[in-house]
Amino acid sequence: MANIGKTTKKELLQLYREMLLIRRFEEKAGQLYGMGLIAGFCHLYIGQEAVVTGVNASLKDGDQMITSYRDHGHMLALGMDASGVMAELTGRSGGYSKGKGGSMHMFSVEKNFYGGHGIVGAQVPIGAGLGLANKYLENGKISTVFFGDGAANQGQVYETLNMAQLWKLPTLFIIENNQYAMGTSIARSTAQKDLYKRGLSFGVKGVQVDGMDVLAVRDATKKAARHARSGKGPMILEMMTYRYRGHSMSDPAKYRTREEVSEMRDEHDPIDMVKNRLLKEEWADLNALKAIDKDIKSIVGDAVEFAKTSPEPDPSELYTDVLLEVDL
Amino acid sequence: MSINIQMPALSPTMEEGTLTAWMVKEGDTVKSGDVLAEIETDKATMEIESIDEGVVGKILVAEGAQNVAVGTVILQLLEDGEGADDLSAPAATLLTPSPPAGMQAQDGVHNEGGKMDPVLQRDERDKRYDRVSPPVQSTPVEMDIPAGTEMHETSIRDALRDAMAEEMRRDETVFVMGEEVAEYQGAYKVTRELLQEFGAKRVIDTPITEHGFAGIGVGAAMGGLKPIVEFMTWNFAMQAIDHIINSAAKTLYMSGGQMRCPIVFRGPNGAASRVGAQHSHDYSSWYANVPGLKVVAPYDAADAKGLLKSAIRDPNPIVFLEHEMMYGEIMDVPEMDDYLVPIGKALVRRVGTDVTITAHSRMVGRALEAADILAGEGISAEIIDLRTLRPLDSNTIIQSVKKTNRIVCAEEGWGQSGIGAEIATRVMEQAFDYLDAPPARVFQKDVPLPYAGNLEALSLPNAQDVVNAVKEVCYED
Repeated sequence: MANIGKTTKKELLQLYREMLLIRRFEEKAGQLYGMGLIAGFCHLYIGQEAVVTGVNASLKDGDQMITSYRDHGHMLALGMDASGVMAELTGRSGGYSKGKGGSMHMFSVEKNFYGGHGIVGAQVPIGAGLGLANKYLENGKISTVFFGDGAANQGQVYETLNMAQLWKLPTLFIIENNQYAMGTSIARSTAQKDLYKRGLSFGVKGVQVDGMDVLAVRDATKKAARHARSGKGPMILEMMTYRYRGHSMSDPAKYRTREEVSEMRDEHDPIDMVKNRLLKEEWADLNALKAIDKDIKSIVGDAVEFAKTSPEPDPSELYTDVLLEVDL
Repeated sequence: MSINIQMPALSPTMEEGTLTAWMVKEGDTVKSGDVLAEIETDKATMEIESIDEGVVGKILVAEGAQNVAVGTVILQLLEDGEGADDLSAPAATLLTPSPPAGMQAQDGVHNEGGKMDPVLQRDERDKRYDRVSPPVQSTPVEMDIPAGTEMHETSIRDALRDAMAEEMRRDETVFVMGEEVAEYQGAYKVTRELLQEFGAKRVIDTPITEHGFAGIGVGAAMGGLKPIVEFMTWNFAMQAIDHIINSAAKTLYMSGGQMRCPIVFRGPNGAASRVGAQHSHDYSSWYANVPGLKVVAPYDAADAKGLLKSAIRDPNPIVFLEHEMMYGEIMDVPEMDDYLVPIGKALVRRVGTDVTITAHSRMVGRALEAADILAGEGISAEIIDLRTLRPLDSNTIIQSVKKTNRIVCAEEGWGQSGIGAEIATRVMEQAFDYLDAPPARVFQKDVPLPYAGNLEALSLPNAQDVVNAVKEVCYED
C-alpha cells in the first residue's frame, strides 16, 4: 500500500463511499449513453475519483469549485443530487439546468459549484475571478479551479497565474494530469512535462501529488488551502491521475495500449487502494463493503429512474433564462 | 435475474455495428471495467466494458456478426449465485432513443416532418426576435426630465466617468478593471480620478491580458460582484470574445436560470482616426447577434451617462460600445441625482414626415447633419437614434416607417449582416405594405479601414452618403 496517510475508520469509509458513488454513477452514465438516453458529449471521470474526493475532503463550507466539461464527479463530491445530475445528462426538466445545459454545463449556487465549462481552459480565469470576489468581499473562502494537462497549455492559464499571484488571490489551481489531452499524450503535447512547475516564473508554488491516492490528495490540498486562505496567494497542485475510459464516449482510445490501462486499473485503482486499507485495518469486512456497494447502486438506480421518467422540458422553456428581469 | 448486455450505441448516429471480437468466453468471471467485446461502429472500433460483476452465462451474438442492431442482447451475465438455468430468453428489447439534439432541425422551429411545431407556431413571428421574447423585461418608463431641470455642459468622457462614480458610490460591489484604468487615469481618461476616490481595491490596473482579465471579470461577477471591465478598445476584446459570449452571455441559459453574470464590458468601438485596420473595427453587429447579451451604443452625453448607469445596475451581461472620436464632445447632461436611461428603447431625435433614418453612436450625428441638408431641399427626415442594439426597439422604427413610408439605415460598420441589414429585414417583414421604396443602407466600404487619409475618408460613411441614400428612396435625383 502506497499511502501512509493518517485517517480514521469513519473518514476512510466516507471517502470510499464518495469515490464509489462517482464510479458507479459514471459507469451507469456510460451505459445510458450506449442506450441512446444521453446524447452529445459525455466525458467520464472513471479512474480520477480520488482527485476531487480528496480535494473536497480538505475544503471548508462555502469554498468554491469550478471545472471543465469532465464535471460529474465534482458535482457528486460537493453533494449535488445524483438524480439532478443524471436527469441533466438525459436532457430532462428535473436536471440541474432544466435540461438546457447538458453533461458539460451544470451549476449549483447552493453547493458552490460554478460549472461545468465546455471551452478548454476557460474555467481557469473564471475560477480566479471567484477568488478575486472572495478577497474583495473578505469572506474567507477559497476557490478551487480544476483543469487537465491539455488545458495546461492554454495561454489564458498563464495570464491567470500571473494575475492570481500579482493580486494574491485565494485560489488553488488543481491540474488533473490524466496523461492525455483527448488523444494526445503529454509527451507529444508538452515540452516540459512537470506541470506543477508551470507557475514558477510567476512565483506560484506547485507540488506534484499522487492523484490516485485519496489521502495524499487530501493532505496536499489541506496544506495548499491553508496557504491560499492565509493571504499568501495561489498554489498549483498537479494531481497525477489516469482516466480509464476514452476522452468522451465517442473516443475509442486507440492511442494507448490495453496493457497500459489494465496496469493502472489493476495496480493503482484509487478505490481498490482504499478498499484494501479498510480491510487491512479491519475497519470493514467484505460484507460491510458489499452493503455499501448495494446502497450506492440503489442511489444510482434511483437517479437513473428519475432521469428516465422526468419529463422533457416544456416547450415554453425554450425562451426562458436568456436574460434576467431588470429591477432598477 | 441474469443481466442482459445489449449492443450499445457508441455515437449519436450509430444504429448498428459489427461485433468484431469477444474478449470473454462463457464461464469467465468478469468484474466492472473488464472489456467484454470489441465492436465496430460507423466511426471506429471500440470496446464494450462491463459495468456489472458476474459470470458470463451465454454469448448470444457470434464473433464477426455484422449489422447487429443497437439494443440487441448480445450477452447474458449471471449474478452471484446464479447458474446457467437462471437464464431466461431475452425479451426483445427495442430501444427507441430520442434523436440527439444535433440531429433535429437546426433552428428548433421545425420538427423532423418539416411542419411547424404547433407550440412554436403561435406568435412565432414575434418570438423570433429578442424584443418580444418573454424573458425581456418590460422596459422601464423613460425618466422624464422635469421642466426647469438645469443642464450641465459635459464631455462624453466625463459623463461616462460620472456614471461609474455615481454607481460605485451607490453600490460597494461595483468595481472597475482594465488596462491603465487606475494610475494612468484611463488610456482615454474615462476613469479619471476614480482611483483617488475609490482606491486600488475598486479601480484595478490589469496587465495587458484581455483574455485573462475578461475571464476573471466574469468569475468575479458569478462570485457576487458587479465588475465594469474596460477594454482599451473593442478591437482588443477579440482576445476576450470567448469569455464575453461563451462564459458571460450563455451561462444563465445553460444553468437553467441559476448562475447570473452581472457585468459591463465597455470601451471605444469603431473607427478612430488614422490608426489602420486593426484598430478601427465596428463590432456592433457581432455582439448584437448574441442572445444573452444586451448591447448599448449611445450617441450623446446624456445617454452615455444614463445608459451606463442602467447598464451597471442591470443583472445581465452588457456590451457597452463607446466612440473614441466622441469622448471630447461637449453636450448637455441634466443635473439630476439619478439620471437613468432605459436600455432597449430608441429615441426619435428629430421628427420628420418624408423618410426615416436609423443610426447609432457617431452615425447619429452624421444623420442629423444630413437632415439639415435635406431640410434645405424640402425633404423632412425623421431621425431614430437606436441607442440599444439588443434588444432592438423595432416598434419605434416600425411606427416611424408607417408614417414616412421610407427608410434609410445608416451605420459606420460594414454592411453585410450588419445592423442596417437587420432593420431593413424587420421593416420588410412587419411594414412591407407601408413602404413606397425598398429600404436603403449606408455603411462603411467593404474593405479593411485604410490608413491613408484620403482613402480612410472615402471608406467611412458621411452625411452626404446619407443624403444620397435618402434621395434614392425618395426617387429624387
